[in-house]
Amino acid sequence: MSIDKPLFAGDLIKLGPIDHEKDPEVVARWTHDAGFMRMMYTEPMRPLSTWHVKKKLEELEKSLEEEKNSFHFRIRNLQDDRLLGFVELMWISWKNGIGNIRLGIGAEDDRHKGYGEEALSMSLRYAFRELNLFRLTAIIPDYNEPAKSLFKKMGFTEEVRRRQAVERDSRRWDLLHYGILVEDWMESRK
Amino acid sequence: MKTDLLHGSLVHLTVQDPETMARLFSQWSGDSEYSRLLDWDPACRFSVHSSQKWLEKDSEKQINYYFSIRTLEDDKIIGLIGLDGIQWTHGDCFVGIGLGEREFWGKGYGTDAMKIILRYAFTELNLKRVSLNVFEYNPRGVRSYEKAGFSHEGRERGLLLREGKRWDVIFMGILREEWLKQKENQ
Repeated sequence: MSIDKPLFAGDLIKLGPIDHEKDPEVVARWTHDAGFMRMMYTEPMRPLSTWHVKKKLEELEKSLEEEKNSFHFRIRNLQDDRLLGFVELMWISWKNGIGNIRLGIGAEDDRHKGYGEEALSMSLRYAFRELNLFRLTAIIPDYNEPAKSLFKKMGFTEEVRRRQAVERDSRRWDLLHYGILVEDWMESRK
Repeated sequence: MKTDLLHGSLVHLTVQDPETMARLFSQWSGDSEYSRLLDWDPACRFSVHSSQKWLEKDSEKQINYYFSIRTLEDDKIIGLIGLDGIQWTHGDCFVGIGLGEREFWGKGYGTDAMKIILRYAFTELNLKRVSLNVFEYNPRGVRSYEKAGFSHEGRERGLLLREGKRWDVIFMGILREEWLKQKENQ
């Protein structure tokens, strides 16, 4: 591993900044997909307009600059720059060298194509080799099978099971905390 | 209907008055062991002024439910307890507690305050579970939470770096049904 290996470009995707002109319309479409929103967030799903998303993305960028404890990337197709999803390293405690990670691929058609896996792999390298973090946590509802298998594959372990912390369609689900230490990450790459 | 909702056997919970609490926050921040049990941010000294500003902002928002813990015996404020991170649609929340007056540690005051806040969470806010986390180097805390009815739900490895060592953060939780059952058996 050397410093000339690109951090932001992979084989399929690249990690880019927010495009305030083009992204809001695509993201607004994702917010109409209850399946996606319920996998990603525990807050109640509600569809947003392009205008609303534009404002939210501006607020997000402002808080990134002010708080200095989160990094946000847009996942884009390497070939045609199309927006596929996003990945966030957030709530970083610099003193402890820890943070949380969240990743989503917005459109149904773009899932199960390896975009998320490559984005996660690049984000882990960024977290451990650029931010020099010691560990990351991902909080995943028990019903999100794709996320559970992807994070496990990349070296995460289930560490905490907050019983029945989420309610969906009158059924209660556990909320899982997955963790990865820098040593787990190095081991998983051997 | 219960009218002494915020009363226990050793303590009662009262409003967190920003002016009074700011003085205590500033004073308690001088006890680094207390700060290190309470929070994973660096222990530091807070002025009365900055504490008051923080408290005023928090009480204006009225999102969290924080209280002062006072002894029943002489109404002395010995700490704070509260619920935050409330997820109303799922009925989950986190509880946080700190006893700034260290002569009250290990004598059941914290456990009593925890029992009151659980009753408040389950019977007034109608929540479905209460979560908490506690640091590996705080076994007294763990014992108190077990006594109040919490179960272990796992641990995040090495979350804290203190005194050159990595420490786990232990997660615990209690469900409304568990709390109700515990009441029946008492």
